[in-house]
Amino acid sequence: MVGIVSYGTYIPKYRIKVEEIARIWGENADVLKKGLGVEQKSVPSWDEDTATIAVECAREALRRAKIDPKRIGAVFVGSESHPYAVKPTGTIVAEALGIGNDYFCADLEFACKAGTTAMQICYAMVKAGLIDYGIAIGADTSQSRPGDPLEYTAGAGGACFIVGRDCIAEIEGTFSFASDTPDFWRREGKPYPSHGGRFTGQPAYFRHIVEATKGLLDKLGLRPSDFDYAVFHQPNGKFPIRVAQILGFTKDQIKQGLVVPYIGNTYSGSSMIGLASVLDVAKPGERILLTSFGSGAGSDAFSFVVTDRIEGIERNPKVLEKIKECEYVDYGLYVKLRRKIRFG
Amino acid sequence: MLPKFWRKIRSRYNLIGSHCENCGSYFYPPRNICPKCRRKGKVREVQFSGYGKVLSWSVVHDGVENFWLSKPYIVALIELDEGAKIVAPLDCNPDEVREGMRVKAVFRKFGEDGEDGIIYYGTKFVPV
Ligand SMILES: [Zn+2]
Repeated sequence: MVGIVSYGTYIPKYRIKVEEIARIWGENADVLKKGLGVEQKSVPSWDEDTATIAVECAREALRRAKIDPKRIGAVFVGSESHPYAVKPTGTIVAEALGIGNDYFCADLEFACKAGTTAMQICYAMVKAGLIDYGIAIGADTSQSRPGDPLEYTAGAGGACFIVGRDCIAEIEGTFSFASDTPDFWRREGKPYPSHGGRFTGQPAYFRHIVEATKGLLDKLGLRPSDFDYAVFHQPNGKFPIRVAQILGFTKDQIKQGLVVPYIGNTYSGSSMIGLASVLDVAKPGERILLTSFGSGAGSDAFSFVVTDRIEGIERNPKVLEKIKECEYVDYGLYVKLRRKIRFG
Repeated sequence: MLPKFWRKIRSRYNLIGSHCENCGSYFYPPRNICPKCRRKGKVREVQFSGYGKVLSWSVVHDGVENFWLSKPYIVALIELDEGAKIVAPLDCNPDEVREGMRVKAVFRKFGEDGEDGIIYYGTKFVPV
């Protein structure tokens, strides 16, 4: 049995409300909030980045797992905002966790789905007997151009999953779907991403999530009603609700994992923080669907079955508690924290 | 700067200090020799829990180099639960810091050598 042994999350404490951003750009906050299904987003502090977020969520996962860090055999960090263009985030994380020097490691990048791909790699390596435990992290401090619609949703946060055999949630199966779709991109050396506007919906998000999920369900012979929970990538509060409808999942199935209205889109952290929120309350025997989405474009779908071990692991503080513990900033402070002011 | 930082990465990221098994003292940063026991000391490496309390602090209004973005900021003298004392940045509103306040270690950025240089990470503290 291979699956999730432990998990941890990190969400920076600062938040900015949609009203505050809309005030600056002269937009109608109520229309935006309704349209996006987002109230506010998380903002990293000036001394937080993808590496610090990755370390914090991984330390929580390791503390809960109560395993010797030296038994971790792999570290994969998925992000679209690695602090360095060249120099891995993974080695910073491994050093901070004290796992020693004999480990497999690389940084992954596939827009918002790099973290779930890290989980697939760890799953395969544990299954193949190459490692006892692998660490898969999805973390981001996503960038957005001032005044761009993305600015209302681009948040920061991360989640870490330790994959191994003595698991709290078994990976029953995984399936991926990818195609060359230019819905969202950032060229090398550019500070902000560009996107295809309306093009990001139907041919990108919806097509890939639907196909990956259907592929997984076919492979496992399962139907949406066989699942207790479903988590989809959350670029805003509207898309996951609509894709759930298209696939035949109910609002009740996705409610626990829908965190985007309060912290925004945490990119590589997005669907993984949603999964963590579900694991916070899941009971043995329950089945969870997770389908991520990364622009460019692709989706990874997973089916997890919760085991008895979940009752023996520390699950506090819960994701929803971390979401509530926050401090609001105004647009001026936000611009300073996110280093959007250039000093020449 | 670079070699000096690289050599200390382990103890900066992880609050690794030392413990003298002869007299029970804890030290941070790590020491090779116990100043109390000298040659009789038995010094071992130890990983601190990261929890402690504030003994004293200064609010710095003149931000040096990499810290100017966060001014005013707090530099605190913290007593770790094991007993070792450490001076470290404390991420907390200056109005809220109190003597005896419980704090825990977190992993944060300390600064960077400009836009092209290396990024320095290490341990700071936040209120529990
Ligand atoms: Zn001694």
